[in-house]
Amino acid sequence: MTTIHAVTMPKWGLSMTHGKVVDWLIDEGTPVGVGAEVLEVETEKITSAVEAPAPGVLRRRVAGAGVELPVGALLGVIAAAEVPDTEIDEFVTDNEDVIAVEDAGESGPEPESVEVAGRMLRFLRRGEGGPPALMIHGFGSNLNTWLFNHEPLSVGREVYALDLPGHGQSSKEVGDGTIAHLADVVMEWLDVVGIPQVHLVGHSLGGAICLEIACREPARVLSLTLVSSAGLGSEIAADYVHGFVQAERRNQLKPHLQQLFFDPTQVTRQVVDETLRSKRLDGVSEALTTIASAFVVDGQQPTRFAGRLAEIQAPKLVLWGADDRILPAAHAAILDDQATVHVLDDCGHMVHMEGARDVNRLVDQFWQS
Amino acid sequence: MPRTITFQQAINEALDQEMARDRSVIVLGEDVAGGEGSPGEQDAWGGVMGVTKGLQPKYPDRVLDTPISESAFIGAAIGAATAGMRPVAELMFNDFLGVCFDQIYNQAAKFRYMFGGKAETPLVIRTIVGAGVRAAAQHSQSLYAIFTHIPGLKCVVPSTPYDAKGLLIEAIRDNDPVIFCEHKGLYAMEGEVPEESYTVPFGEAAVVREGSDVTIVTLGDMVHRSHEAAQTLAADGVECEIIDLRTTSPLDEETILESVAETGRVVVVDEANPRCSIATDISALIADQGFGSLKAPIRRVTAPHTPVPFNGLLEDLYKPDASRIAAAVRGVAEYQALEEATS
Repeated sequence: MTTIHAVTMPKWGLSMTHGKVVDWLIDEGTPVGVGAEVLEVETEKITSAVEAPAPGVLRRRVAGAGVELPVGALLGVIAAAEVPDTEIDEFVTDNEDVIAVEDAGESGPEPESVEVAGRMLRFLRRGEGGPPALMIHGFGSNLNTWLFNHEPLSVGREVYALDLPGHGQSSKEVGDGTIAHLADVVMEWLDVVGIPQVHLVGHSLGGAICLEIACREPARVLSLTLVSSAGLGSEIAADYVHGFVQAERRNQLKPHLQQLFFDPTQVTRQVVDETLRSKRLDGVSEALTTIASAFVVDGQQPTRFAGRLAEIQAPKLVLWGADDRILPAAHAAILDDQATVHVLDDCGHMVHMEGARDVNRLVDQFWQS
Repeated sequence: MPRTITFQQAINEALDQEMARDRSVIVLGEDVAGGEGSPGEQDAWGGVMGVTKGLQPKYPDRVLDTPISESAFIGAAIGAATAGMRPVAELMFNDFLGVCFDQIYNQAAKFRYMFGGKAETPLVIRTIVGAGVRAAAQHSQSLYAIFTHIPGLKCVVPSTPYDAKGLLIEAIRDNDPVIFCEHKGLYAMEGEVPEESYTVPFGEAAVVREGSDVTIVTLGDMVHRSHEAAQTLAADGVECEIIDLRTTSPLDEETILESVAETGRVVVVDEANPRCSIATDISALIADQGFGSLKAPIRRVTAPHTPVPFNGLLEDLYKPDASRIAAAVRGVAEYQALEEATS
């Protein structure tokens, strides 16, 4: 029994409803493996590659370059070479109709909120099957940072992404702003949601929070994935942290955001505007200032876990962008002897975005093992 | 998904949240105390457009119905502002500002300056602007250029529910008099608005569409007409960049000039009358400081120099629409300088 697979318009992040086909990266008739980059799609925020969902041959390029389509729309067809053309045509006809009908209702899972220690925390749950995983974003970010990772990693697994206090749509109360305090809140959140044991994934500040949780409640942590993580070495681009907090206008903020990426053109006007919108919510500026002043002291990271790593029994995966300008990739080496370490070329601090395909593959393999 | 509310609800929410946050915020004006269980619900429903609906039962001592005397209640609001309150006065239609203008431009606008920076007047005057709803010549004008002309006044013209809420909160927290102009054609417009309080700073224009061929500088309801035009034009391969000024005073000159430096071609769209207007002001700014990058004359799309007609057919002709904007953009996009055309 041969199967025909649809390549569809992806949903990258909560706000994406449509995407535009930039161009096809391969010709009809090209054999592909799972995860092969098939075509490029542009949204208001970002341009990235759509990957093959299954192995086979690219049989049809249904959507032409320059066409804008809703999330879920049929872009192309992948099937084995022996599937007859008539079946492919039938599949295209059937699925074009289905997508037109489903278009209106296509919105994906909705974020939820729970009250934890007197504040509301927003999170997004995707997928089913355990044991669950939790992804924690970095300083000044929110759960949308995982837009290229959350859905692919939630195939056959329950994966949560959380807005930390002071971030996204969670309450802006951050206590003393220390990593220890933020870890307290995350652990209470795990209790409230009812997650006894969890695979933790943390980016940057979120990585340091994962390390803190793993040190304090080791039995709870099934594995630790540290993505360009804070809390390992002392160096940090303090000018970025302070510049991000202080920037009030587009032209002030943009150069700081560009430091996050290997490819600074990823920082579109939309990305800058959205970041400013979130910074302009009441309480965010104070929350970020409080966290920053605990997180960076005298231009360095005061909270480091290097000496305590031996306490953490859980398997560790460390991922870094070779061109990280916020936390140097050299910090990955601190864990060389006790973790699986991958430093990805042509990626900056946002390695989970710029190197999403490799990051997703490595995390998935790590969880499987 | 993010929550969607109307422009009108966004303004109501901004007032509600600021009144909850700060006891010195008061609302006053004609019929503002109506609607949603208030006394007098049958006669009044929260201002002429229902924007303040439901605030009076929540803040019974801070939502004040006033006599039909703009000079009395605008004067009272200015006095309250100088004495430490943060009044938000509703001046129904901006066309009525004539009866209280001395208190606005000669009193409120001058206090900080004439008292050597020691006096603050944290006043907001909300007022309705705009044509297009058959309200005739005395209820349909767009007079923001008059407020923009006066040093000491700030002037806000929001175009979306998100901006309306953020700019009104910014206006209420601002320590100077702010004239907040709400286009009557936008009240029913829906858009995504965070439930939390937030601000949108003054003097920062929004680039609401990016494009490299022609810059459209506009504000208020005309932002949406410009969008319609830009979509038509994009189908013909002309890409417009649309700048929504959001505030006319302070004015974000930098964003305008940066865009013009890229495109070299500009159309300014404003539904107000054309003489001594925002359209002429922006054109002068570009001619003065962006001349070197211009590849075509600056074009203005505005109302004619007439009162707003009551006759519906004439009113539709009076107000700029997408086809007029598109025609102006085409003219600018296709324009070739003489030597270029003859070489």
